[in-house]
Amino acid sequence: MSRPEDTLPPDLFYNDSESRKYTTSSRIQKIQSDMTHRALELLDLKSPSLILDVGCGSGLSGEILSASDEEGTPGGPHIWIGFDISSSMLGVALEKEVEGDLFLADAGQGVPFRAGTFDAAISISAIQWLCNAESSEESPAGRLSRFFNGLYASLRRGGRAVCQFYPKNDEQKKMISAAAVKAGFGAGLLEDDPGTKSAKTYLVLTVGGGELDGDITGVVKGMEGVDVLDQRRKVKDRRRPEDRKGSKAWIIKKKEQMERKGKVVKATSKYTGRKRRIAF
Amino acid sequence: MKLLTLNFLTCAIKTCKSSPSSFPLHPRDAELEIVEADLNLKFLENILPRLMWDELRVVVDELGLPTLPPTIPTRADLVAPSSPTSSSSSSDPAPSQTARDLHRILIETCVREGKLVCGNCGHEYAVKEGVANFLLPAHLV
Repeated sequence: MSRPEDTLPPDLFYNDSESRKYTTSSRIQKIQSDMTHRALELLDLKSPSLILDVGCGSGLSGEILSASDEEGTPGGPHIWIGFDISSSMLGVALEKEVEGDLFLADAGQGVPFRAGTFDAAISISAIQWLCNAESSEESPAGRLSRFFNGLYASLRRGGRAVCQFYPKNDEQKKMISAAAVKAGFGAGLLEDDPGTKSAKTYLVLTVGGGELDGDITGVVKGMEGVDVLDQRRKVKDRRRPEDRKGSKAWIIKKKEQMERKGKVVKATSKYTGRKRRIAF
Repeated sequence: MKLLTLNFLTCAIKTCKSSPSSFPLHPRDAELEIVEADLNLKFLENILPRLMWDELRVVVDELGLPTLPPTIPTRADLVAPSSPTSSSSSSDPAPSQTARDLHRILIETCVREGKLVCGNCGHEYAVKEGVANFLLPAHLV
């Protein structure tokens, strides 16, 4: 199946008919609500909070955020603020009379809220759209960095953000998480059903400070069925062995250097760099 | 758009980010409506330390609503003093009149139509049916 990201920009792709299709399809509704519940589980909110929904669309996830604790939303009912770039999607949300406040805005242009506004942020199937730039004045990297910088500033210390997205390839996954790390987040990826057709990628972002327990490894601690793959670079304290002075590799390097200078250099053989036999 | 949201919203233009006058955005030609909602005491307690009270008073004055008290209520003001007659107050404290007023202003009062104007650059953000348009033309990003 072709990716909608490759066909049209989001504000044009989600036109009236596509928005309606998206919102009324029970299959999409089911997937969205599952993902929202998973994201809420990762956010681990204890009390009613102010939440930002990036790419809220028709408010499918917002309806879950507004639900109370008894209806299955941990810590709810939350107050949420959502923005989306597609006016048709927002139109559907208005018809449904969702409880959150809606904005028509482009996440790639930043997040227009003052510092420390939100307890948490959630984004379901949206940020892969940021990897596409529709005009020559913008670049995917610029859009991602504006978004993550704005998001980092608008979250309170110790806040969390969970962004579920559909990466096109590993490169895109890396680009998005690198942009988040550059903005200051502690970032980690959680993958559900990896390697299958229904793989879901969650970018779990943490803002330092507060009562938070480290990065994503602290978030998933105590969750069942989660394997932690730490790919952070280990600090290398050992120098590369071939650089050691007097080794064969070092001698060959020096000989090449001398040869390039035009000096007469003995040919390299199997005896090069070998120790002499002890005479006695 | 709730007045609560307006208390957090700044101008989206990059050059305004560093200017203190880009917050709050000033409502102009605003048409207000009341959207009834359930009072959520825990949320009010949670959000109270993050409110910018002086700016909220300015916005409320500009909208022509009754003036708010000069100082921000404390967390203790939100809970009604538990009377000895009510026995269930220990588990679920009742909201006070202050909490009710705050809920009315922050959550239930919404800007339906109008404009939001940045105090720094004068950019106008249109609000239609409660949805504000924060899309910027490419040269302002």
